[in-house]
Formats: sequence, structure tokens, C-alpha cells
Amino acid sequence: MKPTDIGAPDYFHKVVDCQWACPAHTPVPEYIRLIAAGRYDDAYMVNWQSNVFPGILGRTCDRPCEPACRRSRVEDAPAGGAPGAAAKEPVAICRLKRVAADNKADIRARLPAVPKKKNGKRVACVGAGPASLTVARDLAPNGYHVVLYDGDLKAGGMIRSQIPRFRLPEEVIDEEVGYILGLGVEFRAGKRVDSMKALLAEGYDAVFVGSGAPRGRDLDIPGRKEAAKHIHIGIDWLSSVSFGHVTKVSKRVIVLGGGNTAMDCCRTSRRLGGEDVKAIVRSGFEEMKASPWEKEDAMHEGIPILNYLVPKEFTHVKGKLTGITFEKVAAQYDADGPNRGRRRLMPTGEPDQHFECDEVLVAVGQENAFPWIEKDCGIAFDQWGMPVVDKITLQSTLPRVYFGGDAAFGPKNIIWAVAHGHEAAVSIDKFCQGEDVAKRPPPMVHLLSQKMGIHEWSYDNEVALDRRYKVPWRDPSQTLKNIKVEVEIGFDRATAFKEAERCLNCDVQTVFTTTKCIECDACVDICPMDCISFTVNGEEADLRTRLNAPAQNLTQDLYVSSTLKTGRIMAKDEDVCLHCGLCAERCPTGAWDMQKFLLQMTHAGPGCRSRAPKREPVAV
Amino acid sequence: MTYLTKPKLHHPTLQKNKVGYTRRDYEGKISTLCAGCGHDSISASIIQACWELDIQPHRVAKLSGIGCSSKTPDYFLGNSHGFNSVHGRMPSVLTGANLANRELIYLGVSGDGDSASIGIGQFAHIMRRGVNLTYILENNGVYGLTKGQFSATADAGSKSKRGVVNRDAPVDTVSLALQLGATYVARSFSGDKKQLVPLIKGAIAHQGAAFIDIVSPCVAFNNHEGSTKSYDYVREHNDSVNRLDFWPTRDAISIDYQAGAVIDVAQHDGSVLRLRKIHPEYDPLDRVKALNYIAEHQAKGELVTGLLYVHPDAEDLHAHLNTVDTPFNQLNARELCPGAAALAKINAALR
Repeated sequence: MKPTDIGAPDYFHKVVDCQWACPAHTPVPEYIRLIAAGRYDDAYMVNWQSNVFPGILGRTCDRPCEPACRRSRVEDAPAGGAPGAAAKEPVAICRLKRVAADNKADIRARLPAVPKKKNGKRVACVGAGPASLTVARDLAPNGYHVVLYDGDLKAGGMIRSQIPRFRLPEEVIDEEVGYILGLGVEFRAGKRVDSMKALLAEGYDAVFVGSGAPRGRDLDIPGRKEAAKHIHIGIDWLSSVSFGHVTKVSKRVIVLGGGNTAMDCCRTSRRLGGEDVKAIVRSGFEEMKASPWEKEDAMHEGIPILNYLVPKEFTHVKGKLTGITFEKVAAQYDADGPNRGRRRLMPTGEPDQHFECDEVLVAVGQENAFPWIEKDCGIAFDQWGMPVVDKITLQSTLPRVYFGGDAAFGPKNIIWAVAHGHEAAVSIDKFCQGEDVAKRPPPMVHLLSQKMGIHEWSYDNEVALDRRYKVPWRDPSQTLKNIKVEVEIGFDRATAFKEAERCLNCDVQTVFTTTKCIECDACVDICPMDCISFTVNGEEADLRTRLNAPAQNLTQDLYVSSTLKTGRIMAKDEDVCLHCGLCAERCPTGAWDMQKFLLQMTHAGPGCRSRAPKREPVAV
Repeated sequence: MTYLTKPKLHHPTLQKNKVGYTRRDYEGKISTLCAGCGHDSISASIIQACWELDIQPHRVAKLSGIGCSSKTPDYFLGNSHGFNSVHGRMPSVLTGANLANRELIYLGVSGDGDSASIGIGQFAHIMRRGVNLTYILENNGVYGLTKGQFSATADAGSKSKRGVVNRDAPVDTVSLALQLGATYVARSFSGDKKQLVPLIKGAIAHQGAAFIDIVSPCVAFNNHEGSTKSYDYVREHNDSVNRLDFWPTRDAISIDYQAGAVIDVAQHDGSVLRLRKIHPEYDPLDRVKALNYIAEHQAKGELVTGLLYVHPDAEDLHAHLNTVDTPFNQLNARELCPGAAALAKINAALR
């Protein structure tokens, strides 16, 4: 293998699994350390810089970081493997974010100042959801005049309309949306954009479409029309609940669908008078789209989830819904052929099942809809009715129009919308400054030694053995009565500290200097995870089998040095490194050092504009 | 040196041996030696060897004297018996322990000061007597605890960190052990675990006096230019006569070599030492030739390593003394004091 180029911004970034997995690349270990230090304001601002909505995301994020967390790869399996015993679990990254938001003082003074002098460029954002708000936040401080359009009276988009209050209190939305509107952004409330042509005609320098995936998919099976009064589309219904138009639901409710929206529908129903509420899904329980914790939360509230049932017919008597008939199916996987491994749901031949209910919520997916974008305005759409958008620049075929969030590539989640917002803002900034949007500078990377003394580091390198702490819940007797009472209480400061200590500080990197190494093996002997090997070089696949412990996780890189004095190389498997720094403590020559990797994503502003210096590989 | 305890977490593929322990279970307390000390690598090699041999930790007694090397038993086999004795007196304490309980596996851990200076007399006699042990000499050529004065194993002409040249002749502990009757004699290097671990395994399996001299660089005081015990110097001058593969039984041997390329030595306990020849003419079964070979190569400035001598039918102290098979500490009063009738019988035999 060639020596690893640790100067490439991606190399150490990938080692920080959580940050790499986060679409917005939030420096997770950095803010977790700040929480442990009680510096909640700083932790909040680190978050705010990268993900814009720490308080909101700390409650609702889809947490791509947590499945990626190294912690879940290094903990021991629970003794005896008893079900329910604390398994190998990631750090509660998402809920720690909330701790920063809950415990911070007034941070308004630290927000960017509204520029006194505007740059004369005007940008329209369609929809005031997370993607548009991010664009506004990134552009407004740079002197842009940003105009947000939304059909609703308050900004927030799906954050406000689709996420129930018992998961996300209104104050949190008001606060964090307010920070952005306070940056001198113009919000045209209740002003739905009906025509792209008309909008373009207003002479905006750029238009960002962050209108979401506003249309809930329907279920066209017999009885749908007849019993229409008692059958609702999930997201529309949730939004009606959010805005107070719906306050009650029948006693027996069936929710069709297995995504997070379905879980929200179930839990909302339980709070509006639903006593017998169940979720019924086509697929198997394991394959449901809902996040595992959302399924757990629903089941915790007494909502059964029934699987492998395909709805066949809504039964009704004279327009009054009586229930749903389901066909029983089983999963079969194609053994060979072009779609090998593909799952098919095949009828089992068992008699159909009928479940009685009074009301049905259909949450079987969302679709994009752009009836307001005229076909001849220069924006190309593909065969599925989605806009043709560049995956990196988010530019449409009309150079001054950009898409982001669910509107760009279909339903995802808030954190993806934020990531799109950042990227679109960079594109818009470059476009408005007359630069090529495709030429984007890489992120800035800092590596800084954490050495404070002979055995002292500026981070807590002792590895805590605690298992993941559970976030406390309010008593269901309170939460099921009032839809506005938040279920999760959030960690208190003491528990937050303990949970924060579980973080392995993966951003504090093990940096190796070949010329200093005397090959004494001290690091090999002390490494608790057998990560480090000194061996003859070879091809990666071969090398992976020859290390002190086999490097079987191919998604994790090997850190390879150039050739040492004895003709061998140092090869470190990054997979299960605890970042405990013992290699560096044991190293007699300082060939190993613990250096903090800090990534600064390129955001809109002077930093994203043409500089792009040529970079030479960094020798190790 | 590190302040933190090594975290309990371990690699997901960490294996258990036949007696149900992982390699990590054979570790001891965190080492307080200097960072990069060769002794820590030797501790790691002992851990590896004991794990591979499926040894139950409570069956091992580790004894040592005084010095950096003699601190190390605290850093491996945390669940074994340990005795940190007086400077240079580990051999007599170990001999006593071995007499009292012949069933334990004895590890004597010592250094060049402990064995070649203050304890050279003790060293000579434990080898002579053939006490069944594994004597590990962690040899760095300096007194590390007292800031790097030359020890008795420092080569003539080698330079101290301060620039002083050593004029005294060195004690060669390997030659000494051979002359004194040790039945398993090896030399190795702390920086070469592939050589060292099998040598330790062979020594533990050997039922007699097994001696391994391990050159172990002192990073703090003897790893500079001019030193003959530095990582660089040892790597440049290492002249390995053979490579040992240790097999617990003959049936376990899974790799075949061309005839003539290896020497198999069957030991008393059924284990097989398979020596892959590097110097084809070297015969590790011939003590006199071994002594000559070592002397010749030493004169050329080479450091001869590998399994230098092994006596397959070694006898130990208990055989010399014709003791009973039952360990003394398990004999009870009736057996130890058989009574007046037995005494009368013995007396009668002497009349």
C-alpha cells in the first residue's frame, strides 16, 4: 500500500465516523467535549454553525451519526446476551445535542450581525422549511437580501406542521427559526408561490426551491371513496392537528404505513382520544422505515405494530368505515437472476384478516409536487417528475434556480435539508459573484497536537466503560392526556456528563511520524485494541489479514506509514481505535502524537470563493 | 510509562484459549517503566506465550530480584503468584519455592545487574543445580534505575550516553549458562517477538534449567550511537542461527519442511521444538560446539541469537535429589514424620 496521505481532508474526517455520517458534518466529538466541560453555549454554537437547528435536531434528528458511532463497535456484547440488556450501543449523540440547547444561556449576542451594507443581491426561497432557512442563514449575514415565501403563517415548514408537539415543543421551533428571521431575512408569511414564472419575473438574482415533499401518497383500494370521511392522509392530518384544526380522533384507529410519519400518527391519535390504536405495515417489522427508537417510543405507548399485512379493502356500511381487510404475506428473496436478493412480498394463502376500526390514517409515503413550476420556464424534470438537479451544486437546468431538501431528491429528513441548504447557499453565493458553481474549495482542516505534558492531554483520554444512559420520559399518564406535553425530559446535566464521557473523542487522531519511529513495539504492546502492527508492506487485501488483529471492517481505512528502517511499515487499523492515546504516551520518541482534527466546512461567504490552492500530499 | 490503566475494551475478534482466557487476561498492572523500554515488549511476549500455551495463571510463580527488569512481573500475569525478592537473590528464593512445590511453573525474571553483578553467584548455582524454571534475563547493559552506569554485561568499547567508553570485559551470560550446565539456552531480542515468543514457550515446556538472555534496549540510557545494546545496533548485528517453531505435541505439527532444513527436538513433556536452520552447520544439541560458535562469532562482533543449546533429556533438581513426586507442601505430618519404628529401621540400616 502507498503511505496514507493524512493531508487529504477526507482521511481523518472518515475516522470521525459520526461527523462523516452527518450530512452537515457536525463536529460531534468537539461539542460533546464542550458539554462535558459544562460549556453549553459553546457546544450550542458549534452545532448552530453546522446544523442550524440544534434544539430541534436534538429532539427529532434521524441521527445518521449514531449507527456510525465507533462506540457501538468497541463495547463488549452484554453478558449472557439477555434480551433488553444494554447492548453495544452508540453514544447518545442526538440527545446530547439537546442538552446543549436546553442548558445554554442567551446566545443571541453570538449570532452573526445583520450587515449594515447589503450586497445588492436578492434571493427568493420557496417554502420556509429547514432547507430554505439554512440558505437564508448562510446568505443573509453575507449581505444578501433573502425573501422567504411560505403558505403558512409561521416559518418552519414540516418542522412545524408535521412533527407533533409532544416530540418538539413550539417554543423550540420559534426560538431557532427566530434566530434566522432575526438576521434581516424577509419572511412573506401566508404567501404561497403559485407560479415560478411570476417569481422569476420579479428579478431575483437566484431562487431556491425548498418546498418539501408536500403530498402524502394515497391508497387506492376498494372502499377508499365510499369511506373517505374517515380516511385521512397522514401528513395532512398531522398538519391539521399542529394548527389546531383537528382536536379529536375516534376510539379505534388504524395507521397504515411503517415510517416515522406513521409512528407520529399513531402517537398523536393516542393523545386525541384514540384508545385502540395500531400500526399495520406491509413489510416485516425489521424492514420498517421508521427509526428503531421511534418504533420503540410508539410501542411504549401501547401501540401494537402488526406486520406482513397488505391492505386490500376498506370495509364500510353506508359510508361509515367499519374496518380494513388485509392479505397476509411473507417475504421471499430472489435466489438468483438479475435481482438476486431482492425481497418480494408473496401471499401466504392464509385467509384474509379483517381489523375493525373507526378511522384510518394513511402514512404510506410522501411525494413531491411541483404544479406551480411551469413546464416551459427552463427547469427540466425527469421521468418521475423530479427536477433535474446537480447532486453537488444543487443547481437546476435553469442556472439561477436551485433545489434542496425533500424538493430536490425526494423525502429525506431535516439534517439532509440543512446539508442541502449549506451547499445551495455556496452555489448561490458563487453564482451571484460570477464564479463557477462547480469549482468548490475543499473544507479547511486543522490538526493540532493535544499534548499538554508528559502524560497529559487536553482531552480526557480515559475510556469510560459506562453503558448508554436512557433519556428519561415523563409519565405516560401525563403525556397521553395532553398532546403538548413533551414526552422526553432530556438528560440532566449530571447524566449528560456521564453520557458525554462515553464519547471516544475520535476526532483526536493518532498521527504517526515515520522518521521518529525506532520500532520498539511499545505502541503495539500497549494498544488495548490491537490496532497497530509493524509488518512488511503488501496489497491492502493481503495486509488486512496479516495484522495483529484482522482488519475485517472494509469500510474503515488502514493508516499506513512509509517504509521504516527495518524495511517494514506501520499499519494501523482505524476501525476500533479507542483514541485513548496510550500509543502516544508509550512512544519514547513522539512518533505517535494525538492531534485534534477540526474540519471547517466551506460555507457561503468569501471562504467559498476562488482560492483553491494546489495541495501537495503530506509525507508521513 | 503511562498513567492510565489499559482500558478493558478489546478487539472484537480477541480469542479465548483452551482454558477459557483471552490474551488480555494474562496482563498485569500498567507498566511504570520508561516509554519504549524493551522490558515491556518482553512482558508482552511472556503474556503471549502463556496464552498460547493454555496455562492457567494460578499455576505460575514469577519471582524476581531488584531492578527495572525485576519490576516487570507486576506488569504481566496479574493472576499468578509473585515474589519480589532481595537484589540478586531470586535464584535461591526460587529454588526454595521449587523444592516446596514442584508442580508450579517457575518464571525467574532478572536483569543484567541482578544476575551478572550482585547475583552472579546465585545465577551460577541455579543453573548448575538444574532447577526446573524459565530464567529470563532482560539484558540492557546499563543500570537504568541509577541513571545508566555500565553493567557487567556491557561490551568492552561500547560508549555510555555521556560518552564514556567501557574498558571492562563483559560477562557473557549465555556462555556462562552453557558452562554451568543449563539444559536450554537461548538468546533473543526484545524487538523480535516472532523469535522470542516461541523461545519462551519452549523454555516453559522444558523440564530443567532453561535460560534466555534477551537483549532489551534501555531507551532512556542505552539507545544511542556507540551503544551495543541499542535497537539499531542489535538489528544490524543480529546473527540468528535458527528459528524455533514450538509444537505442544508431535501430532499438532501442521507445517512440513524439507528434510535437512529442520531439527526436531522432542522434550520430556511431549512438546516438539522444531528448529528451522538458518546456519546449516549449527548444531544446537552439541554444547561444546555451541560454546565455540558463540565465542567465534562474538569475536567478530556478532550477536548470536536463537535456540543455542537444548538437552532433550534434561534432568532437574528433583531428579538430582531423588525427591518424591508429591510436592513437599502437600506432604502431611505422617509422611514427613513416619514415627519411631521407621526411624529405628533407618538406624538399623546404618549400623
